[in-house]
Amino acid sequence: MPNTKITVTNIETIPGKTIIENYGVVQGSSVRAKHIGRDLMAGLKNLVGGELVGYTELLNETRSEALKRMEDQAFHLGANAIVNVRFATSAISAGASEIFVYGTAVRVQ
Amino acid sequence: MFTVILFVILLGLGYFIGSAVEKSHFASIAEREQTLSYLPVMTTGKKEQFDAPCNSQLVYGSVVVGQDYFKLFIFSLISLVGGRVTSYEKLIERARREALLRLKQSAADYGAEAVIHLRFETAVIMTNNRNGGGAFEVFAYGTALQTK
Repeated sequence: MPNTKITVTNIETIPGKTIIENYGVVQGSSVRAKHIGRDLMAGLKNLVGGELVGYTELLNETRSEALKRMEDQAFHLGANAIVNVRFATSAISAGASEIFVYGTAVRVQ
Repeated sequence: MFTVILFVILLGLGYFIGSAVEKSHFASIAEREQTLSYLPVMTTGKKEQFDAPCNSQLVYGSVVVGQDYFKLFIFSLISLVGGRVTSYEKLIERARREALLRLKQSAADYGAEAVIHLRFETAVIMTNNRNGGGAFEVFAYGTALQTK
């Protein structure tokens, strides 16, 4: 989950607070490849179907990393919140996926 | 001969274990949905103004699922004539409900009273190949509200 210094929401405001300054777009992305052990296990799991836990964990780690990078960027700009956050996931090659997260850095009271 | 036997074994494995796993997963989903039903989740709220003091946080839940060998086989048959692919519908329903439950669980851990502006995203992370691979991710995210 995101760090405590920066409030992140995917709506246009920070509930209960007023936006006093706008810093523009901040973004973070992370690309991770699955390692061979996970790939093998997922391949086996694929025979019976259902959740592929290894991949879920991998994508969660990737997402946390992308969020952290976005928050760091916002922090350096002097923001204390990020609004209107969106996520995008793409498989950029057979073995790797990218998670991209972007939003607007703001300062709230 | 060997490939036929292997195919039948994989098909049986997919069918019997796959459907048993699916059944127990649906049961566990229904149970957790019951315990988390007190938490309202809305897709609206993007432009709403909140005057009351409250805290908010981004919450999310994700799950990666793959189809089993049996479903893949059935799909290859259905795709010849087209039409509804019920086995895939079930799989994606499982994934969506599970992702939403994980989101609700993390909102409940945060102490939220509601989750607003819920959004779903689906991404294919592994494409179908001859060996029966293929997995997709369902990701749900929203803003958890905690009134002081």
